[in-house]
Amino acid sequence: MTRMQRKNFRKGFLFILPWLVGFAIFTVYPIVASFYFSFTEYHVTKPPVWVGLENYRKLFKDVLFTKSLANTLYYAAGLVPIGLVVGLFLALLLVQPLKEIVLYRGVIYFPSIVPAYAFATVGIWFFHPYLGFVNYILSFFGIDGPMWLSDEKWAKFTIILLAQWGAGGTALIYMAAIKDIPKELYEAAILDGATRWQMFRKITLPLISPATLYYLVTATLAALQIFDLPQIMTGGGPANSTLSYVMYLYRHAFSYVNMGYASAMAWILFLISAFFTFLIFKTSRRWVFYYGSKR
Amino acid sequence: MRLGKRTKERIMMNIFRALLIIVVAVYMLPFFWMISTSLKPDRDLFLMPPKWFPIPPEWSNYKQAIEYFPFLRYFINSVIITAGSVLGTLLVSPLVAYGFSKIYWPGRDVFFYIMLSTMMLPFAVTMIPTFIIFKKLGLVNTFWPLIIPSFFGVPIHIFLIRQFFNTIPDDFIDAARVDGATELQIYWKVMLPLSKPILLLVGLFQFIASWNNYLGPLIYLTDEEKYPLALGLPLFLTRYGTHWNWMMAASTLSIIPIVVFFFFAQSYLIEGIKLSGLKE
Repeated sequence: MTRMQRKNFRKGFLFILPWLVGFAIFTVYPIVASFYFSFTEYHVTKPPVWVGLENYRKLFKDVLFTKSLANTLYYAAGLVPIGLVVGLFLALLLVQPLKEIVLYRGVIYFPSIVPAYAFATVGIWFFHPYLGFVNYILSFFGIDGPMWLSDEKWAKFTIILLAQWGAGGTALIYMAAIKDIPKELYEAAILDGATRWQMFRKITLPLISPATLYYLVTATLAALQIFDLPQIMTGGGPANSTLSYVMYLYRHAFSYVNMGYASAMAWILFLISAFFTFLIFKTSRRWVFYYGSKR
Repeated sequence: MRLGKRTKERIMMNIFRALLIIVVAVYMLPFFWMISTSLKPDRDLFLMPPKWFPIPPEWSNYKQAIEYFPFLRYFINSVIITAGSVLGTLLVSPLVAYGFSKIYWPGRDVFFYIMLSTMMLPFAVTMIPTFIIFKKLGLVNTFWPLIIPSFFGVPIHIFLIRQFFNTIPDDFIDAARVDGATELQIYWKVMLPLSKPILLLVGLFQFIASWNNYLGPLIYLTDEEKYPLALGLPLFLTRYGTHWNWMMAASTLSIIPIVVFFFFAQSYLIEGIKLSGLKE
């Protein structure tokens, strides 16, 4: 290193120091510690006792663990694609050049910043089997609405549906991406007689693919950690049909103070999240398109 | 006869408008249902078909709600937690972002990529040891565990601010350096004044994240006195869950701060995405 480089190193390092200290305390240490805890029996009041692979062995025999994992994969399989379609659909509407479009944007974006605890409580009432609004509307069409959150088969789907109320956030990211597409591309396509659908498939979709990559990663990670909505709306019921992975982890960590077992769960979640993130990035080379780059 | 291009365009726009109005109605309905229920007397709750507009409105539901739902205390607790973490974010995140943007030092990119990768780390993985740290420090059941981490910089915000800093030409800074200014002076007197829009945006994001945080308070706070709205409202639900009109009155009250916030912040939040560099 030259003297200049050394001087810059010192300066730069000092600026990032607060983050680095936080990184050591709140990221590195916890990752290492929870890895260690996962091989112990630990109830906080007494020091951890080494039990080897016992926690992991127990987990794979734990029916609720398997159930909560399956539920979580179900949530992810519903939330991620449905959220993408709804978000993109809203974005396509919200970029139309209408005079009053700002008003629509505000109304559709607003619910996405309403806290989950508030719209969970409203959601329970909205989807109430007998007195709720949804079944009332369905009755107009002669449909006998399901029991929604009270029905094992419908409960997870109800939560996925309700979560779409927050799709305005995704719509906003897509809106920004769509607005960035050069207008000339569409003008040229129109001259060539392209239909709206063709333009959407061949111009819009490929050019917003970087936003899709961002969405897929963040939405998948969020879905794997779903907690607030099922915790408040159903507490995991009926018959554990809405029990999510993090809810079950939370129970072991903070209700049963079974930190070793919960840490093993945390590490498995870590590996699952890393696997999905890796998978998305790996395949992204084939479908993410950066306009103007040669690759 | 073929329709003119302009007429066709106008018809298309009106189709979009009609679609949008339907979508907006769907997004507004839960709010409408919430407010309408909050103003109904008990006997009207079970009417089928429901009354759309409760006339005369039963304002006493709000009185009942406040009696069993100490809204003001929860609200103040939420404000303290949120204000603390917004302050932490604004003090520290830009500082770190400066070190990642305007100073060119060997090893910088390595640290930057490490930081980016931590954004993908699930909260659940670090949750337990972090809880134990705060427990050993005797800080469980205080607001500190919800505030302190933001004073070490929040990766997503550091990233957003860095993206913004990168768009500011180095010439500004080099000129100040030639004049003998220290890095801290440059940061404070040159960079921060130029960065007001992104600081505002990051502050708003942190406000929302902190105000809406449910799992954090659930882990750390045990006294009902210390509950923020995030815990207060679900508590009310478990206790008075069948009094739907009180419940909806309490929900309405707890959404009001967000409505007021949104009213002022709307344009920054909706247009702000451009600043955030997510489009790259």
